[in-house]
Parts: sequence; C-alpha cells; structure tokens
Amino acid sequence: MSSKNNLLVNLENAGVYKSPKWLIRGVSLEVKSGQIVTLIGPNGSGKTTTAKMVLSILEPDEGSMKRYTDKIAYVPQKINIDWTMPLRVVDFMRLTNYLSDNEVIESLNQTGVENLFNEQIHGLSGGEFQRVLLARAIAKKPELLVLDEPVQGVDFNGEIDLYNIIKNISTNLNCGILLVSHDLHFVMSATDHVVCLNGHICCSGKPSAIIKDKAYIELFGEHRSKTLTYYQHDHDHTHNSDGSVSN
Amino acid sequence: MFDDFFTRALVTGIGIAIITGPLGCLVIWRRLSYFGDTLAHSALLGVTLAYAFSLNIAFSVFVISAVIALLLLNLQKRTRLAGDSLLGLLAHSTLAIGLVLIGFLSSIRFDIMGLLFGDILSVTVEDIALVWIGGFIILVILYFIWKSLFSATVNFDLAFAEGMQPNVYNMIFTLLLAGVIALSIKMIGTLLITGLLIIPAAASRNITNNPKQMVFVAILIGILSVTIGLFTSLELNTSSGPSIIVIAIILFIISLIPLELRGKLQK
Repeated sequence: MSSKNNLLVNLENAGVYKSPKWLIRGVSLEVKSGQIVTLIGPNGSGKTTTAKMVLSILEPDEGSMKRYTDKIAYVPQKINIDWTMPLRVVDFMRLTNYLSDNEVIESLNQTGVENLFNEQIHGLSGGEFQRVLLARAIAKKPELLVLDEPVQGVDFNGEIDLYNIIKNISTNLNCGILLVSHDLHFVMSATDHVVCLNGHICCSGKPSAIIKDKAYIELFGEHRSKTLTYYQHDHDHTHNSDGSVSN
Repeated sequence: MFDDFFTRALVTGIGIAIITGPLGCLVIWRRLSYFGDTLAHSALLGVTLAYAFSLNIAFSVFVISAVIALLLLNLQKRTRLAGDSLLGLLAHSTLAIGLVLIGFLSSIRFDIMGLLFGDILSVTVEDIALVWIGGFIILVILYFIWKSLFSATVNFDLAFAEGMQPNVYNMIFTLLLAGVIALSIKMIGTLLITGLLIIPAAASRNITNNPKQMVFVAILIGILSVTIGLFTSLELNTSSGPSIIVIAIILFIISLIPLELRGKLQK
C-alpha cells in the first residue's frame, strides 16, 4: 500500500527537560498512516512525555518534532471530571467534535457501549469510561491517534476486544496510531514498530527483532519477554460489554 | 417605561443574571471562585480611579480587572507561590490601595456602602443600556468560544492536543469575567458579585444533569434571585446586593431538597 508511506509525525533526537532532570532524551521515531507504533517501558520511563511531545502539549527542549497532520485524536492516560460538571456520555462524545446522535451511537457501538449514551460520566466504571474515551477518539476519524494506556481498568476479555478494535481502526481508517501500552502480548503480535523506553530509547524496531534484543530482555526479564503468543481461548459463546451472553 | 427607578433596577438586574448564569457555571467548573473574588476586590480600585479621573465606572473597573488578570499570569511565571496565595496577594493589595485612594478623594461625595453592596437607587438609563449591550456582546463571544472553552474545562491537554487552542480562549474568558464584574458593580456591589456568579450555578448543578441544562437553569435561578431580591429590598428597605444574594442562597437550599429525596427514593 503506497499510502503506508504517509509520514504523520517525526521526532528527531527529541528530549524534554524538567528541572532537575531530563524526563526523556534522544527520542527519534516516526508514525506513518496505517501504522501502529508502540511505546513500552517501565513507570517513569518517559512514555507519556513522549506522547505529549507528539501532541505538542510539551515542546521538546532539544531535538525537534514535526507533524504533518492536524486531524488528531487523543486518549489521555488520566482524566478526572469533577462532579461539579454534569456531563453525559453524549456530551463528552461531542467535546471537540460536532456529531449527530447517530454518529455518536455508531461510535459508541464500535466499542460496545452504545447503551451508555445518556449515562452520567461520573457513574461509569473504569472500563466503561475507557471504552467511551476510545469511542470519542474514533468518532473524530483522526489521521493520527495517540492512545496512552487505553485499556487500563478493562477486564480481560474486554482488553482483547479493545485491542482488536484498535487494530481495526488502524486498518479501516488508515490512521497512524501511537500507543502507550504495558501489554506485551498485544504489542508483540499486533504492532508494526516498537520503541522501548527507559529515559532514552533502549531499543526499537520490529517486534520480531525487539524480542531478541538484549536491552529489551534486560528491561522486562527473561520470563515475561518470552510470552509472545497472543493468548486466545475457545469460547462457545461471547459476552457483551455489560456481561450478558450472546451467541 | 424606565421612569421608575425600580423598573430600571429590575431590567438591569435581569440583564446581569442572564450573563452571570453561563459565566458562573464556568467559574465553578474551573474552580475559579476565588479568582472572581479577586477581580471583584480590585473593582474597588477601579471605581476609585473612575471617580478620581471622572471616567466611566464600568470601563475603569474592566481595565483594572484585566490588568489584575494579566498580573496574575505574569506572577505565576515569576514565582512558585500557589495560585491562591497570589490571588490573596492581589485581592487585598488592590482593595487596600483602593481604600487608601478613597481617603484622598474626601472632597467628592462618595457612597462607599453603595459601592460595596450595590445601590438600586443609582441605576440610570445609561446603566441599562450598558448592561444589555455589554451583556449581549459578552454572550455572543461566549457562544462562539463555548466549545473550546468547555473542552478545555473538561481536560486541558485533550483540548490542546485536538487543536481547540485552549490558552487563547482561556485568556478571552478571563476578559469576559472582568467584563461581567464591571457591568454588575453598581447593582450588586464589589463584595457580593462572586455570590451572584456562583450561587445560582451551584443551585442549578443540584437539579440538572447536563451542561446546557445547568447553564439555563442557572440563568433562571439568577433572574428569580434578582427579581425577588429587589422586591424584598424595596419592601424592607435593605441594600439591593445582599437582598439578591440572600434570595439566591434560599433557592440554593431549596435545590438541595430534590437531592435528598432522590437519596431516599434510592434506599
């Protein structure tokens, strides 16, 4: 596919300094259309900082960031909505976007939460909220999608669901995805390019190359780094997001 | 039509309530109530300067409020003192400077109580025009920047990342806030303006479940507070500002009742 070569964003030796230390240094990476680039690394390794540079929320203090699209959607790692603000799911879906009711339902449907349309944001469970966050991002039909730990708080089956959805977005919308993730299964089986961070780039490349990299094995340990296969179990039925059984 | 001072006060007050509704909601969503207070305190300095140099009061208050807002942004870059400390510093220093300056103006007849608590007797036809035209401009601007402002209120990073330019609109919002304080000084007084911003919005939150609804109900509660408050003030010969706020707080207490009922029904 020739459109695969559409460069969306490019970090060149970029770093962010916050007194008294560098949060991250020397990051070079690029995201192209239809590509999933994953950032992995321990807590405090600079994953979110790198994502925020790509979104230009943070300016690089050294190096450079070049972005070639303005059609961006973002799923932040943390988002607290105060009770003072009454907010239904549908209001949240329209936060930065003009959407008809049908478009809202369609997007919620993609992450399996169309039943939450009129619910208060404050009443959602962690997993439901993540699904709404992802639906909102999909509704924007972005060219570049930045997902900062999009499956946190989602149950096991839900996690697989959401990762499948993410994989589908990249194919269907042909958008580039920058994903911050802890889930090595998904990272290794479904992403195109992995960047392993720990204050700097430890190693980066195709998943198949990364898993053999010494720096990677050192960072994640012999045992976890080998868990390569994407676990799938036989199920004679499927669950809806609310737990009910369907066939 | 506006011959009667009371009619003039009512029309002005309703105009103010319509502007303080949406702005008040944003103030409480953004936890800016103390910021509103600071602007209102500095308004005293604005009024004093207006008398000293015979300027239009609303204009002078607006300029001083805008200067204070800019000063705050500047101070935040220069020191690591917390926001509330800086606001306290600005609020009380401008209040003090205002009061000192009033001392120098002893030759001019100056109703300080009216300034602090509002004075319906002094509302003129020009005030009505100022509030309604100024208010209309504020609401039109607010309408056009609402989406950006609202998204930044929910989550700044998200709004910024998705190109809503929240820093620009936050700045405009601050100016609008300065504007509404300038417009309502005469009616409510400097000490109580924040009350009219916050209380109707807070009461509205208790009985609504989405942002638009909250804004409209806040406006309604504001209008009710102004209307009943002014009639009470006329009847009991009390200051207009405090009377309006007392009614607002009574409405707030009433707004809590449905919450309690809901709690009981769920049990």
